[in-house]
Amino acid sequence: MSLTQRIESLDRRWIFLVMLVAMSFPLIVHMKLPVRASPEARGFYENIEKLQAGDVVYLASDYDPGGKAELDPMLLAVLDRLFQKNVKIVGATLWPAGSPLLERAYKAEAPKYNKVYGVDYVHLGFKEGKENVMVQLGKSIREVFPVDYYGTPLDSLPLMHSGLNGKPIDKLNDTKLLVNISIGYPGTKEWVQQVRSRFNLPMISGCAAVSAPEYFPYVQSGQLSGLLGGLAGAAEYEEMIDRPGWGVTGMAAQSLAHVTIVLLIVLGNFVYFWNRRQGVSRP
Amino acid sequence: MLRREVPILLAMIVGWFMVGEFFFPWAEPAGTEVQQMAVIITATGVILGVANVIRINLLKVSRRERDWRYSILLLVGLGVMALLGTILPVVHAAVHGGGWKIGPFNLVGITDGTLFDRLYNRVYVPLSATMYGLLAFYIASAAFRAFRVRTMDATLLAVAAIIVMIGRVPLGEKIWDGIPLLTDWIMNVPQLAAKRAILIGAALGGIATGLKILLGIERNFLGSD
Amino acid sequence: MNDPWIWIEAIMTLAILSYLYKDNPVYKAAEYLFVGIASGYYLSIYFQNVLVPNLFVPSWRGVHAAFGPGTPAPTDLIRLSSLMLAVFMFMRFSPKGAWLSRWPLGALVGAYAGLAVIGLAQGDLIPQIDSNLLPIITPGSWSTLAGAQGLAQGMAAFLGLFSNVVLIVGLLATLVYFFFSLEHRGFTGRTAKLGVYFLMISFGASYGFTVMARISLALDRLRFLFEDWLGIHISG
Repeated sequence: MSLTQRIESLDRRWIFLVMLVAMSFPLIVHMKLPVRASPEARGFYENIEKLQAGDVVYLASDYDPGGKAELDPMLLAVLDRLFQKNVKIVGATLWPAGSPLLERAYKAEAPKYNKVYGVDYVHLGFKEGKENVMVQLGKSIREVFPVDYYGTPLDSLPLMHSGLNGKPIDKLNDTKLLVNISIGYPGTKEWVQQVRSRFNLPMISGCAAVSAPEYFPYVQSGQLSGLLGGLAGAAEYEEMIDRPGWGVTGMAAQSLAHVTIVLLIVLGNFVYFWNRRQGVSRP
Repeated sequence: MLRREVPILLAMIVGWFMVGEFFFPWAEPAGTEVQQMAVIITATGVILGVANVIRINLLKVSRRERDWRYSILLLVGLGVMALLGTILPVVHAAVHGGGWKIGPFNLVGITDGTLFDRLYNRVYVPLSATMYGLLAFYIASAAFRAFRVRTMDATLLAVAAIIVMIGRVPLGEKIWDGIPLLTDWIMNVPQLAAKRAILIGAALGGIATGLKILLGIERNFLGSD
Repeated sequence: MNDPWIWIEAIMTLAILSYLYKDNPVYKAAEYLFVGIASGYYLSIYFQNVLVPNLFVPSWRGVHAAFGPGTPAPTDLIRLSSLMLAVFMFMRFSPKGAWLSRWPLGALVGAYAGLAVIGLAQGDLIPQIDSNLLPIITPGSWSTLAGAQGLAQGMAAFLGLFSNVVLIVGLLATLVYFFFSLEHRGFTGRTAKLGVYFLMISFGASYGFTVMARISLALDRLRFLFEDWLGIHISG
C-alpha cells in the first residue's frame, strides 16, 4: 500500500487526535488573537447601547445545555452590559432545560453590580407552548406566567410595576427591546414570525452558529436589528464592550481548529484524486 | 365520527379561531384561553412521553431484554429526579413541613441550592453538552473522508465553506484583511439570496399546509385507525 | 479539583468522550443515565412550571369557588376543559380508549396551523419579498468605491456595486429552481442551474458555520476538563 493509500484509509481515531491537539494547544499556551466585529454584531451592540437606565427589556433565553458552549458567553456578556447600564430585565425561557442556565447566569452577573432580584431583574422560568406562548406574551405576561420561577406571584415583584409612568409591565410592548438568545426551535425565527411582525417590538438575537446563516435575511429586512452568531459572535460582542471572556479566549483555538478542518478537506481531496489517477482509490 | 371527524372539526375550529383572533381583537380573551389549552396539552404530551419511557424500560427489565441492566440505571436516574422535583415538593406542600435538607442541599424544589439543581448542573449538563461536543470530531473525520470536490457544485460549496471558515475567525484578518470583508459579502449577498428563496418557499409551503388543516383537507396528523 | 461534584462532572464528560475510541459499557451507561436524568428533569419542570400554575391551581380555584363560597372566574371554569383534554391524552395507554387522545391532538394541530398561517405570511413571506425590492445599483456604492483605500476595501466596494443585482438575480434564480412544475430546460434550465450555484454557496456558508458551532461545543468541554478539573489556567 502506498503512502497516499495509507493516508486515505487512515483510522478516524488519528483524525480525532489531531483535532484534540489542534483545539487544546492554543488553550494551554494562552494564544490570543484580536477579534473584529461583523456588521450584524455591531447592530446588536448599538441596539443595547441605545437603551437608557430604567428601560426594561424582555430577555428570551431559549437554549439548553446543548447550546451552553456558544450561548452562555453571549448571555453573560449581555447581562453584564445591561446591568452596567442599569437596564432592567424580565427574563424567561421556552426551553424546558433552560431555566437553571438563566438562573446561573443571573447569579454570576447580578452581584457584580449589586442588582436585586425582583427590583432589577426577574426570572419568570419556563413555559411550554412555543409560538402560543410568544403570542400570549404579547397580550399578557401574567396569563402565561402567573408566578415566577421561584413561585412568587408577579404582582409582588416591584419590577413588574416599573413600566412607563409606574404602569405595570404586562405585555411585551411594555418593554423596550426583545433580546433573544436561542439555539433552535422555538427560537429566533419564531420570535420574528410571531412577535416582531405582530407586535412591532424591536428585536436583536444571539444564536448558535449553525442557525445564524438562515437569519441573515431577517437582518437585511430589518426584522432583526442585530445578530450574534455562535462563539465568534460572543467574542465580537465581548470585544466591543471591552469585557473579554470565554468568547475571546476561545477564538485562537477556534481559528486553529478551522485551519485544521480546511487542511483535512484539502488533504482528503488530494489523496483521493491522486489515488484515482493511480487507479487505486476507495469508492 | 368520534374517532376521525371530531378531531378534524376541533382542528378546524381552533385553527380558524387563532386566525380570526388576529383580525378581530375583541376575540382576544377567548383566544388567550385557547392558547392556554394548547400550552397545557403540549405539556401533557411531554408527561405522556416520560410515562412511556418508564413503561418501556420497566418492560425491558421485567423481560430481561438486551441491555436491561442499563435500563435499571435509567429508571434510577429518572426516579431520583422525579422524587426530588415532583413527589417531595407535593408531599412537602401537603405537610407544610420546614426545611428538608441533606448536607448543604435543599431536598425540595428545583432552583439553585437544591439537590435537584446540583444533579442537573453536574450530571445532565455535562452529559448533554459532551454529546454535542463529540460532533466536532466527527465533522473533522467527515471533512477528511467524505468531502469530495468532484463537481462544479461541490467546488462552489467547498470554496464558500473555506472562505467563511477562515473569514469568521480572527485568523482570517491576520492572513489578509480582505478575507473578512469577502466573507461578509458572501454572507450578506449570494448566501442571503438563496436563504431568502428557501424562506419564501417554506413560507408558501407552510401556509398551504396550514390552510389544508384549517379546511379539514389534511388528515395525516390523526394517524391510522 | 477537590470538589467531588467536579469529579462527577469530569467522569460524565470522559464517559461520553470515550465513545471516540470505541463504543463501550461506560459510554452506554452514561447514555442511559442521561436519558433517565433528562426524563426525570423534564417531568419535574413541566409539572412545577406548567401544570401546577397553569392547570391545577386555576382548576382547583374554579371548582372550589363553584362548590363553595364566592363566584368562580369564567377563565378558571374554562380551564377545566383543558383538564379534560389533558386526561384524554393519557387514554393513549388504553387500547379501547386510545381514540380519545386524538381530540386534544386535533386541537393542538389546529392551534399551531392557525398560528403558522399568520406567522409565516406576516413574518416571512411579505417582509422577505418586500426587502428584496431593491434598486439595481446600491445607493452610495460609487462613492464608497471612489473613497476605498487599499486592496481589501477596494475589493469590498467593488463587490458592493453588484450586491443588489446579485440579490435580485439570486433570489429569482433560486425560486425558479424550486418551481418543479416547469421542466428545467432551455432558459428555465439555465436559470435553475444558476439557482443551484447560489444554493451551493449558501450550503457552503452553512457548512462553515456548522463547523464553527461543533468546534465551539467541544472547546467548552475541553475548557472544563483543563480549567475546572485539572486546574490548568486557560481563561482571561
